Amino acid sequence: MIAPLALAALAIALAWPVPVLLARARWPARSPAAALVLWQAIAIAGGLSMIGALLTFGLAPFGPDLLSASVNLLTGKVDRIEFWNALALSGAVLLTAHLLLNLVLTVVRSERQRRRHEQLVRLLSSPHGAPAGARLLDSPAPVAYCLPGALGSITVVSAGLVALLDEPEMRAVIEHERAHATQRHDIVLVLFRAWHASLPWFPIAFRAQREVGMLVEMLADDTARRSVPDSVLARAIVLVGAGQDRPVAEPVVAVEEGGGASVTELSSRLARLEVPPLSRPAETAAVAAAVALLAVPTALLAAPVLAALQ
Amino acid sequence: MATLGELERSIMELLWAADETLSAYDLQDELADRKLASTTILTVLSRLENKGFVTRSRDARPHRYRAAATREEHMADLMHEVLGGASDRTAVLERFVGQVSAEEAQTLRRLLGG
Repeated sequence: MIAPLALAALAIALAWPVPVLLARARWPARSPAAALVLWQAIAIAGGLSMIGALLTFGLAPFGPDLLSASVNLLTGKVDRIEFWNALALSGAVLLTAHLLLNLVLTVVRSERQRRRHEQLVRLLSSPHGAPAGARLLDSPAPVAYCLPGALGSITVVSAGLVALLDEPEMRAVIEHERAHATQRHDIVLVLFRAWHASLPWFPIAFRAQREVGMLVEMLADDTARRSVPDSVLARAIVLVGAGQDRPVAEPVVAVEEGGGASVTELSSRLARLEVPPLSRPAETAAVAAAVALLAVPTALLAAPVLAALQ
Repeated sequence: MATLGELERSIMELLWAADETLSAYDLQDELADRKLASTTILTVLSRLENKGFVTRSRDARPHRYRAAATREEHMADLMHEVLGGASDRTAVLERFVGQVSAEEAQTLRRLLGG
């Protein structure tokens, strides 16, 4: 009975106190890459231990390990199943199906939106007058974004942005957006969006999605910092942020409150430019913690199977 | 040689600018300097029709085409997605700076000293 209890304890820890602590911590801004690895480990290990706890509890009476117990159950060597075991097993199956279904749905929906947006962008933007590798959108609102895609991402800047920024500032923006594309941040983002979509009532999933969203911005900023001085990047962030509430020419556009970035997010991005990155040992420790988080539930589930096979 | 995407854009620009419906041959004349085959233009038109950007009237031959919506309508639609009016739809984009409220933008402008 140790495995189900240990897995349940881990699942609870990863569902609440651990992500809350990580979301409150200050160090992730100093090492967004390590923090991003840790967030992914928390999400995957959390799901694994939750399903694993239900599975090991449900299968406990039928065999010493998951494999032999499942074989006994599926080959009909079991006479009767207790109510609680049946409940746990159904829970494990439903939870797995729910998480996978939401992942598939989120990926399919994102891909459909992405393709539609790409069609619109290709019709409405042109490469002329835009910085190299980007497309220019004829709109006065100062925006820049990356439309990620498996077959090539598109960086889009608006005429309003070109008018607002000087050449080095524009390079900071382009390098930032290109980092999103080359580092495939969209894959991480879609995973956390799927996690949030499967658990909409779960505040941690929302918080995780927001934190991860901010960390990929910081990672992209770090790439831009290799091409331009920090002061140029900072100025670009402030200029674009300050220009965001300018009225746009199209009166149809109704900008609702509470959408993307808040000033707290922007000021964290600015403040971290003054702080040195995390030391190498500290960064390694964070990544090691992520590996350990994944290793513990895996070992709890797989070790008895491996022992039985030998 | 222009890519298919650039050709789609040129044809849409012509349809947006036109007051009346156009046939593939009208478009071929407009784009005469590119020396395009009429089949190429028909292919592009049917791609645009599949994407919902163009409607075709089959009453007369040759078929006549027009833009399904104005350029401004499409642009408004696009900017609505980009500026976060529909938070679910903006999820596919990675913006340099996300949406900022009016007061927040004020704070930033103070930072700029202006």
